[in-house]
Amino acid sequence: MASMSKADIGRILARQGILIAFAVFIIGFTLANERFLSPDNVMGVIRSSAILGVMALGVTFVVISGNLDLSVGSMMSFSTIVVLDLHDKIGPALAIPAMFAMTLCLGAFIGFLVGYLKLNSLIVTLGMLSAIHGLTLTYSGGQNMDIVDKEGTWFGVFGQGSALGIPVPILIFVALAALLGIVLAKTPFGRKVYAVGGNGTAATFSGIKRARVVFLCYVMSAFCVATAGLIQASRSLGSQNTVGQGLELDVLAAVILGGASLLGGSGTIFKTVIGVLILGFIQNGLLLVGLQFYVQFVVTWVIIILAVWLDIAAKRGKLWSNIA
Amino acid sequence: MTDKTPALRLEGIVKTFPGVRALDGVSFSVMPGEVHALMGENGAGKSTLMKVLGGIYQPEEGQIIVEEMPTVMTSPLQAKSKGIVFIHQELSLAEELTVAENIYLGELPRRSFGRVDWAKLYAQTDAILEKLKVGFNAKTIVGDLSIANQQMVEIARALTVDAKAVIFDEPTASLTDAEKVVLFDVISDLQSQGVGIIYISHRMEEIFKITDRISVLRDGSYRGTLETRATNEEEVTQLMIGRALDLSRNVSHHEMGDIALEVRGLSCGDLFKDVSFEVRRGEVLGFYGLVGAGRTEIAETLFGLRDPSAGTILLDGEEVRISSPADAIGKGISLVPEDRKGQGLVLGMNCRDNMTLPQVGNLSSGPFVATGAETDIFEKYKEKLDIRTPGWKQTVGNLSGGNQQKIVIGKWLSMHPKVLIVDEPTRGIDVGSKSEIHNLIRELAAQGYAVIVVSSEMPEVLHVSDRIVAMFSGKVMRTFTSEEVTEENLIQAISGIAATDKVA
Repeated sequence: MASMSKADIGRILARQGILIAFAVFIIGFTLANERFLSPDNVMGVIRSSAILGVMALGVTFVVISGNLDLSVGSMMSFSTIVVLDLHDKIGPALAIPAMFAMTLCLGAFIGFLVGYLKLNSLIVTLGMLSAIHGLTLTYSGGQNMDIVDKEGTWFGVFGQGSALGIPVPILIFVALAALLGIVLAKTPFGRKVYAVGGNGTAATFSGIKRARVVFLCYVMSAFCVATAGLIQASRSLGSQNTVGQGLELDVLAAVILGGASLLGGSGTIFKTVIGVLILGFIQNGLLLVGLQFYVQFVVTWVIIILAVWLDIAAKRGKLWSNIA
Repeated sequence: MTDKTPALRLEGIVKTFPGVRALDGVSFSVMPGEVHALMGENGAGKSTLMKVLGGIYQPEEGQIIVEEMPTVMTSPLQAKSKGIVFIHQELSLAEELTVAENIYLGELPRRSFGRVDWAKLYAQTDAILEKLKVGFNAKTIVGDLSIANQQMVEIARALTVDAKAVIFDEPTASLTDAEKVVLFDVISDLQSQGVGIIYISHRMEEIFKITDRISVLRDGSYRGTLETRATNEEEVTQLMIGRALDLSRNVSHHEMGDIALEVRGLSCGDLFKDVSFEVRRGEVLGFYGLVGAGRTEIAETLFGLRDPSAGTILLDGEEVRISSPADAIGKGISLVPEDRKGQGLVLGMNCRDNMTLPQVGNLSSGPFVATGAETDIFEKYKEKLDIRTPGWKQTVGNLSGGNQQKIVIGKWLSMHPKVLIVDEPTRGIDVGSKSEIHNLIRELAAQGYAVIVVSSEMPEVLHVSDRIVAMFSGKVMRTFTSEEVTEENLIQAISGIAATDKVA
């Protein structure tokens, strides 16, 4: 008990690696820049993580069900552009439900392909990443989208407003996380998601309609994307049509960082929220210590690799494998 | 045999895991040319011992001695270089490659510039295959071979080194009777070449047919070695489980109820044709036949996993169409599937959630899962079926095979099905739990369930069934009552010999 063997240390590193690495980052950043842990900065990080976070909530369902969703970034661009365009055409009160309906249709289409036609989710959503991007560009004619009368609309409330001193994006993120957290942990549907991801065949043999569960996961993911698009559009009341580009990887990184297995069957909403925050704080910390913004792209990749490695390491109980 | 040097000797092997003494001073030895059975219930330490032997685990105490040379094993590859070769239950072959490439994978013979010396490769491989007397050659693609022949490839791989000891881990699990004969011939060839064989199996018949000595492990410790010729199944079983086992024919009789399920002229493509039978409440109907006879396919059709091409299914006298497992479950047909880990359980989920999975949608209070009701169901069936687990939170993957199977059975019992189909009820389950499961099936029938048992083990079907449907190549050859059936007429029926025309 008194001394730990090398194997024990390996096991602890493998199990708690992400938290240890996170702690090291936090301490490092705080030493490098005392502003890092200031309330303003912390609030700022959470606020800027909200859009990513909302998307990660939906993707958590998809990943636990044993699939991937790489289309969320370009789908978010689509939602943002659509709602901004419709805002001036039919007014915000109609634009929002119309945008949600269109985004949910995209989610349902993916869900149909992956769930009912049993196509590989990587291929389907990678293809949709490109297809939806094309759809957005076609819709917008390649133009960026801006609300003409920025002063005279209440549409900004979702991205810029605040209640009780807390920014609305954070409130939306927290509320949606709570809601979906309960759906996943407490409802029969949530249980089925875990079963389908854990062992789809056994779930089918237990009478669970696997295709429907997968379908619904993609619809939920699309709902989260639409919400993220709403916040994004509302925040700046105008947008480039590539606003969500690359976010799919950040989202996936956050979900995996939280500890959801890419093989499906494990993960929680709470852990995803933690993953989102870890990613947000690390990216923020890198800026504060004076690194260029573009370094983030590389760092995000490193974090994904680290997370996937530690996930596998935790399963085999050690960092290295004896079997090549 | 004592005058010779053992091919492989293990001495006082101790291996502990946190909280468990998995191996407690295990010693045994294999002589050259000997087939030595290693037996024990699941959890007795067989696989841990093999992992120690293969260098995957390092023992805390004890020695591995290969031909009088103490050896430290660091990996399966290194063990192979010392002449210790494993033939695993699960095959590890590259299906897209040829037999020759698989056999010499990683050590292909080379010519200049690193080019593969194909001529030499195929010649060497064919030489080995000739020794095994198999019906395929070096250039055959492994994926095109039957499971049995793929196993031969694994064995051929073992023969590329100067093997001192070959360990077979449940080699016959997926073999037909004819294929077993070929395997046993190969083992006997190896034996005559002076190779020591460790043979791990649960199947007594085989053990008594081919082994010279039997060593038994129980709870991680060595319980003794018996000369196969001088012992019998009862003695071995007793040593394994520490008590006597009742494998006699089922004799208990109870009242039968109405016909619960009737099947008329059911066909499914080429898989099975014109199958008719009925099961009553309180009856166990056994299905017996060779692999590929269509038994499992019938079970799958009744459970909505396959669409029948013809025929009718009647539940309680009413014709039904079953379109999916969900549909079957709703109508009262449940299936304990053949592949427990692949089809029966979500291994990463806890015991309770696995058990209540099919009814989780109905067990709700408002929008939420009624976890209290779930726990009640679990506790009830845990007690009823004597499921040994520390609690409902335990991950199912950590339970022994027998307890896992009870979870699957409990899953369906808690939904009170009209018909319970059990496909291979005791596959991969140790002897002790086996008889518990058999008793359970009898008890369920006594409680009024209509039970269908599909099995490829004759003693099992004979033991649990009230009537037995004998199948051959997709057809029902004959249905026996327990009074009529004998091992002989059952074997004749499932081999396609028209037993009905003969007087037994």
